[in-house]
Amino acid sequence: MIHLKPINRKAVRVEQATDHDVVALQRTALPQNPHFPLGCSLIFSPGWEADRTGGTAGLCQPVERDLFDCHIGCYWPAQVPDQLNHAPDWTAKCAAAQKDWRKIDLIFP
Amino acid sequence: MTAMWAAREHHRFEAAGRPFVYLVPSAAIFELDEASDSVLRTLNERPRTREELTEAFGDAEPAIAELARVQAIAEVSVPPPATPKVIPLAPFPLTTMVLNVTNQCNLSCTYCYEYGEDKIVDTENGRQPKFMTEETARQSVDFLLKESGKVAHITFFGGETLLNFPVLRKTIAYARRRAAEEGKDVDFSMTTNATLLKPDIIEFLAENRIGVTISIDGPREVQDKFRVFSNGAGSYDVVAPKIRELLKRHRSRPIGARVTLTSANLDVKRIYRHLTEEIGFWEVGFAPVTTSASRGHAISDDGYDRMLSQFRELAYEFLEASVANRHHGFSNVKETLEELHKGVSKAYPCGAGLGLLGVATGGDVALCHRFAGSDAHKVGSVTTGVDRQAQAAFLEKHHIANKTDCSVCWARPLCSGGCYHEAHTRYGDTGHANLHYCEWIRGWTGVCLQIYGELSVRNPAFLAQFDDQDMKETVS
Repeated sequence: MIHLKPINRKAVRVEQATDHDVVALQRTALPQNPHFPLGCSLIFSPGWEADRTGGTAGLCQPVERDLFDCHIGCYWPAQVPDQLNHAPDWTAKCAAAQKDWRKIDLIFP
Repeated sequence: MTAMWAAREHHRFEAAGRPFVYLVPSAAIFELDEASDSVLRTLNERPRTREELTEAFGDAEPAIAELARVQAIAEVSVPPPATPKVIPLAPFPLTTMVLNVTNQCNLSCTYCYEYGEDKIVDTENGRQPKFMTEETARQSVDFLLKESGKVAHITFFGGETLLNFPVLRKTIAYARRRAAEEGKDVDFSMTTNATLLKPDIIEFLAENRIGVTISIDGPREVQDKFRVFSNGAGSYDVVAPKIRELLKRHRSRPIGARVTLTSANLDVKRIYRHLTEEIGFWEVGFAPVTTSASRGHAISDDGYDRMLSQFRELAYEFLEASVANRHHGFSNVKETLEELHKGVSKAYPCGAGLGLLGVATGGDVALCHRFAGSDAHKVGSVTTGVDRQAQAAFLEKHHIANKTDCSVCWARPLCSGGCYHEAHTRYGDTGHANLHYCEWIRGWTGVCLQIYGELSVRNPAFLAQFDDQDMKETVS
């Protein structure tokens, strides 16, 4: 910083903490240069770019349409199978999402 | 519509001819240059657009960006983040335990919170014994060592602490042995009115490196106004020679004086001179008397103003001494400088009920020594441990987020509403903000910020001494 000089220890920490801060999808008054939102818009994630039919009509809907990445990296209340208990192999055939996303099947309780 | 920008909570001040800003609630201190100072001051008058700022100051963008980055300014439409109400996780490590080894005293200071008109514990006919037994003291030590981290501090308090010197002496030996077994460090301090100091006691305190604080109000006529024996006789002539003996022999720890200021006793500079130059204390700390507003010795608004102007003069003396790397014993300013340097932003005014607990003569554990023995402020006992529910309820109630009065005050990172005991005495509620001394706190914090700013320009090495120091609770 050129215009502000940190004087006490807290100011030094504030400067360090705001240096290349991680900004996700929230609205913020801080000027960002440039602003890269984190999450599904940066990477290929079925459920956002394409719906299960390969089209875009069913994107980001509740129930079975929020797939794959929503339950890992996103705040979205993902409607995905319970991979810990009931469907441990749900994504077993999906080695690379870009290629194999059609192999992630629907699972009904 | 173009976004409007406004200043966020801050306190701007000048020191050594330069502008600084103290940010709230982060407690960060930045020095400003002309560009950032102009933007901040302009936005503090009223909100403006970036275009307006650019028009007024040329290329203001970089300064705006930096001020926004540290949240000194923000878009009006973006609400400031709500104060997070984070309750410390239990069990919180205990660092200091204050042992009230007796609730009896051989003086009858008329302003005393323990025996005077504002007392909260009946020490004459109440449930608590008059003296702590050796067994209770040992249980207290075990309790502390169980709850503490690597370092544990024990402060002996009263009443008049030395009325129970035999227990104090045995407790120190016991605590040393137990701490060694547990692989912990233990450190001792005590407060006394000095009337009972004797050569063998002084020898013991010096040999055992006991930190000693002496309650004394100043020169003879000041001391003898309130600090009297039960027959009304002043105590100055009794204590002065004993204190001189102590200061001569006990060189292993700095010895401080602790002065109570009242409406009749506000000559801070004269008291300071007497206690340092004529008696020889290393440090002198001042605290206004804790009392309800109706008492004659309560300090009025005028009194607080007078006190502030005296504190300011003494603080500037401290500054000049510190710039020249000379010692100055005005401990109030040093404590505040340390907090400013670290950028402390408190959720609670002090460690009471958290890292500090007081133990009554019978073994009840209270928020601090000032509440020791009070059933209403009990948070456990040394035999059964801390009542986690009572502690959680206390922390929930006293968090700064609950003190709406404080939510608009720039001094809250340091003050956090002030002493619980003071609030209890004034308002009958420990959770009440101490509104009667807000102006004083803001004034004093302002003075300390100026001193801090001056030192950052004129002798930054002086401030570096606070870098590695652990914060310690002062007990008064």
